[in-house]
Amino acid sequence: MTAVSQPAAPQAPGTRSARPGSFRLLVNNRLAALGLVVLGLIVVVVLITPLLPLQNPDVTETANRLLRPGTPGHILGTDHLGRDLLSRLLWGTRVSIAVGLSATAIAAFFGSLIGLVAGYFGGRADAILMRSIDMLMAFPYILLALGIVAVLGPGLLNALYAIAIVNIPFFARNIRGVTRGLSRREFVDAARLSGKGHAGILFTEVLPNVLPVIVITMSSTVGWMILETAGLSFLGLGAQPPLADLGSMLGEGRKLLFTAPHVSVIPGVMIFALVMSINLVGDGIRDVLDPRLRSGALARPSARTRIDRRRVPPMPARASGSALDVVALETEFQVGDAVHRAVGGVSLDLGDEECLGLVGESGSGKSVTAMSILGLVATPPGTIVGGRVIFGSEDILEVSNETLRRLRGDRISMIFQDPLSTLHPLFTVGDQIAEAIRAHRPVSFAEAWKQAVQLLELVRIPGPKERANSYPHELSGGMRQRICIAMALANDSSVLIADEPTTALDVTVQAQVLRLLDDLRRDKGAAVLFITHDFGVVSEICDRVAVMYAGRIVELGTTEDVLSRPAHPYTRKLIDCVPILGEPERRLDAIEGLPPKVDRLPPGCAFADRCPQVRTNCRTGDIPFDDLGGGRKARCLYPLVEVAA
Amino acid sequence: MLAYILKRLAALVPILIGLTIIVFLMLALIPGGTAVAILGPLASPENIAKVNKELGLDQPLIDQYLTWMGNLLHGDMGRSYSLKRPVIDEVFERFSATLILAGTSLVLCSFFGLLAGIVSAVRQFGWTDRIVTFFVLIGISTPSFWLGLLLIMLFAVDLRWLPASGMYEVYGGGGLGDLLRHLILPSITLAVVATGVIARLTRAAMLEVLRQDYIRTARAKGLTERRVIYRHAFKAALVTVIPLIGVQTGLVLGGAVYIETVFQWPGIGRMLVDAISTRDILLVQGGVLVLAVSYVLFNLLADIIQTVLDPRLKS
Repeated sequence: MTAVSQPAAPQAPGTRSARPGSFRLLVNNRLAALGLVVLGLIVVVVLITPLLPLQNPDVTETANRLLRPGTPGHILGTDHLGRDLLSRLLWGTRVSIAVGLSATAIAAFFGSLIGLVAGYFGGRADAILMRSIDMLMAFPYILLALGIVAVLGPGLLNALYAIAIVNIPFFARNIRGVTRGLSRREFVDAARLSGKGHAGILFTEVLPNVLPVIVITMSSTVGWMILETAGLSFLGLGAQPPLADLGSMLGEGRKLLFTAPHVSVIPGVMIFALVMSINLVGDGIRDVLDPRLRSGALARPSARTRIDRRRVPPMPARASGSALDVVALETEFQVGDAVHRAVGGVSLDLGDEECLGLVGESGSGKSVTAMSILGLVATPPGTIVGGRVIFGSEDILEVSNETLRRLRGDRISMIFQDPLSTLHPLFTVGDQIAEAIRAHRPVSFAEAWKQAVQLLELVRIPGPKERANSYPHELSGGMRQRICIAMALANDSSVLIADEPTTALDVTVQAQVLRLLDDLRRDKGAAVLFITHDFGVVSEICDRVAVMYAGRIVELGTTEDVLSRPAHPYTRKLIDCVPILGEPERRLDAIEGLPPKVDRLPPGCAFADRCPQVRTNCRTGDIPFDDLGGGRKARCLYPLVEVAA
Repeated sequence: MLAYILKRLAALVPILIGLTIIVFLMLALIPGGTAVAILGPLASPENIAKVNKELGLDQPLIDQYLTWMGNLLHGDMGRSYSLKRPVIDEVFERFSATLILAGTSLVLCSFFGLLAGIVSAVRQFGWTDRIVTFFVLIGISTPSFWLGLLLIMLFAVDLRWLPASGMYEVYGGGGLGDLLRHLILPSITLAVVATGVIARLTRAAMLEVLRQDYIRTARAKGLTERRVIYRHAFKAALVTVIPLIGVQTGLVLGGAVYIETVFQWPGIGRMLVDAISTRDILLVQGGVLVLAVSYVLFNLLADIIQTVLDPRLKS
């Protein structure tokens, strides 16, 4: 018992019980369908048992004792008193199923009641009820049942009560959790205001929403309850002769283990088939009622993004002075039947020692572009479906996994947003930096640790020797981000990809971290691809800037040009969103409307619906990324600047 | 760390008091009550009345509990009427046998459960995963008492490799080799269900951890996939699984009742079954109390290990 009986996650409150089609889903799960068939077969046979031409299960016939299976008239043989095993098996199964279901019903009723009351009323009722439940759970499950049987005395009915009682806590806990969440919701408040009594609210408003959890808990405990009552009977503490359930048959057979093994094997097979089929169906029900498992959200991301390129541009002629070349990169997400084109053909060239800003709203695909470079987009659901990423003379999308691993963190490093979740919580920061060094350099741990401390000093962490022994949760946000920068600098990479490295920090810390990053990249001569949504940050650090919208670059130019004279209406709008200190009269226009869904991009310009200057031909055909001269490019038919002659 | 352990021990006090109340009530709720438990079910009404008076059983329940508790703290759990010896002596003798069996099973189920869970998470949806998942399902659906019988049939009766039973005294006679030979079948049988449960929990925990941002960081650093999984992911998953393994000790300690009966192991589980049949309630009380307290302590141990592994919990 215990953890297995608990559903993987309590249902999202408000979800109605089985949606239409749930039964189909259950059948589609092959194992669950198998369980359903076996269980159905057992239940049907057991239901019609009284109608079958069977011998009386209790009639003894000593002349025919211990007949082997296959004997005419006794298909499964006989036991030590000459009773027909087939007949005893079916009648015994009836008893076991009846007892298991009754125990489940009792446990579900009382457990759910306790859970509903504790969760709905909260406060003292909750505290008292749940402490008592905790008390029961402090006993090993079977032991508590034994204790109860010891008090009540052996017998099938007492075993049933014992098993029901020890299962009450599982229902109480699961149902309480969901109820607690539900009783704070608006529809419950509304019912209260409309003058409904507590009981009315509990049973008409809360209970229907809690039902899926009750069903999940029932389906995952009923198998155990059958198993455990059989166990008590096996020990001689449940069904007493002449009444027999599967457990007591097995207990009797045990004494004949050496002479007539079939007497114990047969009821055991039945218990196994019964419990296994119930568990299969139970798992199936849980999968159906717990949508998280179905969506593939729990799938494990692979070590590298899946690459399945439908469009591969030719290798471009190498322009010298280029640190990293992204050519027509396309990355998609497959979610259910929908395909989201997060990156729809992005080209970027990052010059040596250059800092290139990649700017856009959240959801524009800028982070996915950055992650695609080193194959760090989670698969599933991500796939790189086109383009090249050229580093040195190689296309990173074509190199072996081992070559890619050697590039990662060595030649190309990443700095992520939110350093609390991106640093491992259970290793010291010194350890994590040293590990990054040792992944690429054959140095001893002590040597790597020494270098790690030097790196901490480099990123201006006070008391680096002591700090190296700290865990991430012991540091401030700004310090954690410096740790991430130190880790990225550990192997003197020639390219740094910084994915919103300052977004999670407050403004003063943000400025410090930016300055640090800028100084260090100049010292080390590294090229930086800097992803951000903040033009203020761009103006501080970037040489050039690329603006991204709906998965494509819409404008590219030097930071000064783009900021002072934006060519694309979208860039203009973005810049207008940035507040300027001391200019309170400046209107802060949020951009009207929302970016288009990337799985349903309109033809023509993706920004057309939100653009103040939109004309009819903006909505047809692919808008070219026109060169405006002076290194500027814009994906707009009517750029806001003069095209240089 | 020491302060943490002391704090946790202090937090156990109310739980232990609760346990003793429940165990005490077992006796008080019994039809006929303590006197019958002491004298046995065949006692005459005169003797029962005498004992009731002597022991203060006409006193209020709370006074009775305090007296009982006081005796317990002095190591007095009463005398078993069926064995004619102090309950505490019998219980501790039997408990050592159970601890050997359950301890071995715990080691087995933790090791194989974790291993199976990791492997099937890493090969999610692959053939290894399917096979492991299938065996896990069989493991948690098989009645352990039946599995024990099947193993006896195969290894003791047919192949004659291992003894079916005959472990009469853990410290008597045969020495370590004999103990181990007798330990193999029961400890494996006892471990099966818990192995399945731990494998399921580990698989889920690994899948959860592998989606975390710090795993992406580990990959971005250029660590080998082996290191990402066995160092970064496994340690994080272990932290969530260890307290759950603590909970599974309940499955193992409780399952010992069946396994000790099947393999005639001289432990506390078999003692309990016999004591229930003879209605020797004082013995049942002692056995239940010792197993329940050891379960609580196993959970405490799991929590302490978790705290050692996870620096965030110390503060």
